[in-house]
Formats: sequence, C-alpha cells, structure tokens
Amino acid sequence: MIAAGARSEAAARLLVVGADGRIRHRRGSDLVRQVRSGDLVVANDAATIPASLAARHVRSGCTVEIRLAAWASPDDPAAFVALVFGEGDHRTRTEDRALPPPVRPNDVLTVGPLRATVLDLLGSPRLIRLRFSVSGAALWAAFARHGRPIQYAHVPDPLGLGDVWTPLAARPFAFEPPSAGFALGWRALSALRACGVGVATLTHAAGVSSTGDPDLDRRLPLDEPYVIPSQTAAAIAAVRSRGGRVVAIGTTVVRALEAASTGDGVVSAGAGVATGRVTAATAINVVDAVLTGVHQPGESHFELLRAFADATVLQHMSTALEAGGYRSHEFGDVVLIERQGRCAPADHDATTGREPVPA
Amino acid sequence: MSHTDTIGGARIAVTGGTAGLGRALVGQFKEAGASVALVARTATEVERVAKETGAVGIVADVGRADDVHPIALQVTGGLGGLDVLINNASDLGPVPLAPLADTTDAAFEAALAVSLLGPFRLTKALLGALAGSAREGRGGLVINISSDAATSAYAGWGAYSASKAALRHMSAIWDEEMSESGVRFLSIDPGDMDTALHAAALPDADRTALRHPAEAAREVIAAIVDAWPRAATVPVEVDG
Ligand SMILES: NC(=O)c1ccc[n+]([C@@H]2O[C@H](COP(=O)([O-])OP(=O)(O)OC[C@H]3O[C@@H](n4cnc5c(N)ncnc54)[C@H](OP(=O)(O)O)[C@@H]3O)[C@@H](O)[C@H]2O)c1
Repeated sequence: MIAAGARSEAAARLLVVGADGRIRHRRGSDLVRQVRSGDLVVANDAATIPASLAARHVRSGCTVEIRLAAWASPDDPAAFVALVFGEGDHRTRTEDRALPPPVRPNDVLTVGPLRATVLDLLGSPRLIRLRFSVSGAALWAAFARHGRPIQYAHVPDPLGLGDVWTPLAARPFAFEPPSAGFALGWRALSALRACGVGVATLTHAAGVSSTGDPDLDRRLPLDEPYVIPSQTAAAIAAVRSRGGRVVAIGTTVVRALEAASTGDGVVSAGAGVATGRVTAATAINVVDAVLTGVHQPGESHFELLRAFADATVLQHMSTALEAGGYRSHEFGDVVLIERQGRCAPADHDATTGREPVPA
Repeated sequence: MSHTDTIGGARIAVTGGTAGLGRALVGQFKEAGASVALVARTATEVERVAKETGAVGIVADVGRADDVHPIALQVTGGLGGLDVLINNASDLGPVPLAPLADTTDAAFEAALAVSLLGPFRLTKALLGALAGSAREGRGGLVINISSDAATSAYAGWGAYSASKAALRHMSAIWDEEMSESGVRFLSIDPGDMDTALHAAALPDADRTALRHPAEAAREVIAAIVDAWPRAATVPVEVDG
C-alpha cells in the first residue's frame, strides 16, 4: 500500500489558474473555496480495472505482461486493446521494458485458466487487440484473481485495487485511475453541497496514460467509451441556464462532456465514445474549469489544457509548478484551470490579497 | 407497491449467500427479478448456489482486508453497479460458546474481522456505487444483519455480541453521515432461525421452535421495500 497521506485531500497542494491567468497557490482542501454556489462539479466515477495481467504467450512459452489499455469496442465486453511487455516488471520504467516475443494474430495468451486470442496488431509489436474466451462475471472473477492495477516505477510499493479506486469509484470501467477524483473525498463532497454546489458524475473509461513508446504515446488517448446519466445532462443544462460554471474533475470528464455536446453546449445523456485528442484547436462548449494532475508538455493530459489556456498562461503555470515543487503523476498534486476569458474567479479565501505560503 | 415493483430490476449483493438467511434472500431476490451477487468462502457451495439461482457467485472471505476490493470489483462489474448491499455473513466467535474470560484474542479478533470490519470495509469500497445508484434515483441501501445479542447481554456470546452491537451502532452513524448522499442504512434482527450458525451456538436447542430462514428473509425484504422511498433520489444539482 502506498502511504495514505501521499494523496489525501489535505496533504495535496492545489495550483489555481484563474480565468484572468492569475496564479495562486492553495492547499488541496481549499478546492471547495474555488467553486461557488450554483456551480456544478462533475466527476468520473469509473472504478479502475486490475489491468496488469501476468500471462503466458503459448506459442513461444514466454511469460509476458498484458496491460489492458482500452476497450476495443463499446459493444464487446470481452475485447480489449492491450500492450504486451516482455521480461521485467513495473520497477523498470515503461519506456525501458523489453519487447515481447513476436506476437501474431490468432496467437493464444493464457492468464491463469483464462484464454485470450490475439485479434490483430495495431501497428506496433506491442500494441494488440485481443478477445478473452469469457465475459461478464467469469472475466471479472479472473481479473480479481490474476490481475493487479497498473503499477508505476515511481511508486515502489505494490499498488492494490484499494489504492487506485477513487472515493466515488462505482464500477470497473477505467484502465488507469481518473486520478483527479482522489481530490474529492466524502468530506469535500459534503462541504460542496453545503456551499450550494451540485455534484454529478459520469463514467468514462480512462485508458492508459503511457505506452513506453514515443510513437505510440502520440496516438494517446485511445478511443474511450463513456456513459452520461440523464440526471447529469439535466444538471448541466440547469447550471448553464442560470450562469453557473461546470467544473470537470479530471481531463476524462472534459473528454466525455465535450464529445457528448453539441456546439451550443447541450450535453446528450447516454453512451458514446470519445475519440481523438482535445487540443488548442478544440472548441470547449461545456466545461468552464478543469481540475487535473500535474503533467508535462507533450502528454495528452497537458495538451488538453491548451483548449483552456494559451501558451503563455500554460508556460507561467509550468514555471510556477516547478518553482513550487509540485508533485506530478497519478498520486501527486493538482491544478485547477479556468477557461480563459471566463469571468474572474471567486476565491472565498480570507487571505485573498496575501499569497499564502505553499504548504 | 409490490415487492416485484421495488426489488425487480434492483442490483443486490448478499454476503454469506450460500446458507441460512443469506441463501433464502438470494432465492427470493432472484424470484422477484433482481440481479444478485453472493459472497461466501466455500467455492463449491458458491458455484452450486450460483448455478441454482442464476446469481453471480463470488468466492471470498469478508474478514480478509485483501478480499474486499476484489469482491467490490466482481459485484459492480458483474451487476453493472449496486443498489442494495446486505452485510449478512458473520462469525460466531469461539465454538462452543465461551465466556469472555476464556475467549482467546484470536477468536475475538476473528469475530470482529468478519462481523464488523468486513461490513465496514465492504461498505466503503461499494459506497461510490451505492451513491451513484442514489444519484440516478435507484436507491442506495445497506442492510446490516444484526441480532438481539446486539442489545441484550447473554453470557457466552461476548465476542459475537460485541461485534453485533458495534455493527448496529456503526449502521446508525453511517446513516447519519450518508443520508445527504442518498445512501440509507438499516440494521435488522432476523430473530432465531434454524441454521448452521444457530446449531453451532446452541446444539441442544429445540429446532421446531426456530423460524425457517425463508420466513425471516421475507421480513427482511418487506423492510427493504418499506425503506425504499426513504432511500430518496438526491438531486444532483442544488437549487441556485
Ligand atoms: N441463525 C440465527 O438464529 C440468527 C439469529 C440472529 C442473527 N443472525 C444473523 O443472521 C445472519 C445469517 O446467519 P445464518 O444463521 O443464516 O448463518 P449460516 O446459516 O451459518 O450461514 C452463514 C453464511 O455465511 C457464509 N460465511 C461465513 N463466514 C463468512 C466469511 N468470513 N466470508 C464470507 N462468507 C462467510 C457461509 O458460507 P461459508 O462458510 O462457505 O463462507 C454461509 O453462506 C448472521 O449475521 C447472523 O449473525 C442469525
């Protein structure tokens, strides 16, 4: 288990980039002060699948790691896009992992008693589509027994499922945790409600954040299915009609809401698939602010922020994050970015005007 | 409202679902049209009941911390979410029953692990699913199976009673804390039933005087149906 304090609301730090580009340093627990009555917070309640599976490549007899990366299709509960790694484990950085033995279509991979058939290769020796011979309860039972969450080289102790499920995690749908959701514990949810802020969720199948191959990384994020409850779509319509803001907890929420929206900002409820990257060229129609982890330029999570703020503001943000020693990666600190040009942010912090010293 | 109206279509998880009260609940929920997942330790029994009823069978020990998220994964993956959690599995403590003074630490800890810590951990792991269900207007209910031993002091039942008393009070606190999220908690005493647990505790009891677990299960379901409207939809947005 990782140190519990490492990602608790209170321990985390929060960098706020206001709609006017102004940068403020806050504690993670101050998130509640950055939203105001009438706003709506939307979180991704996908639980994380234990997507790292120790497997055997039957034709070569080699041991491999299958890392489920995304659903192959929203209609096929047994088919996945997956990365295949050779010898080594998570302590080796993903980018340094050995290639698997040559994998061909129709090859069989076994995970415990489970069989998976390789459907095809996706333009790389380590990116495949595969289908398991079972689905539903039998597949979940096998994942529960033989899978574990994707591990990170920077987290030396093994991560269990309990470490990667966010407090709101509702059903296994994501391949890596929608980690901004770690900032939203039950105490924070209660405080938001008390401030007149609505809380809604959607379920978005966050895929892997890194493949270890720069060429493949450029193809991220992969297509990600999502489901938006009708209550969430209705709450967004209500908030927009009275001028409140929609605050996305995580980039996956931005992807889902923008994929499900029409140009006028109306979000359709139901299932869909988010494809392609959100970039500087993407018009943002629904989301007014996004809470996200600390990411580096080039990573798809960072590139998405270009739709919210211009290069100068993001440069200032990166400088402030580095100078302040903010922790990047899944269990680190968080950034709240308001879409530039939106009205100036409310900060109910009594210390406004005096910059608090970062914790 | 008939049971089928309420329970039919609900997604329900029952721990200790292969025998006694749990088995009766699984059967009655399935008959009413619910989607059900059951948890117990003995793989062959889990398989048998899953096959008999069409429920999702999960082999796990609710007293083990490492089993909790794998249970939550299989429950929410297998059912697509969760509306009702029934913490029914329990541990009797020392068998034959023993006075507290003769109860080993290990036996006391085992009773707490299964009957108290297990429900605590499993509830936490499934809270996101239950609150999600509440937000979607489907309910969000946790039933903790209690006992008259939670409130009366019977000599020989120390470990069991302490765990049940704590479980009962924990239910009340969960209910205070989670009602704003639309998740409600009920503590239900099923009464003396003719089951393996009862036989282990009181081997000389007159079994004809005991209730059939099916009868107790019908009462538990009636209590769920009764509580359902209280497990009210929480509006996702607050009136501005
Ligand atoms: N019987 C009574 O007179 C009475 C009176 C008051 C309250 N209660 C309460 O009613 C509930 C049901 O009791 P019962 O009499 O129906 O029990 P039972 O007939 O003995 O059945 C117990 C069930 O729980 C499972 N179980 C036991 N320990 C478990 C664990 N650690 N993890 C997962 N599953 C476990 C058992 O299967 P495995 O052994 O295969 O795991 C079995 O399915 C309990 O909470 C009990 O305290 C009973």
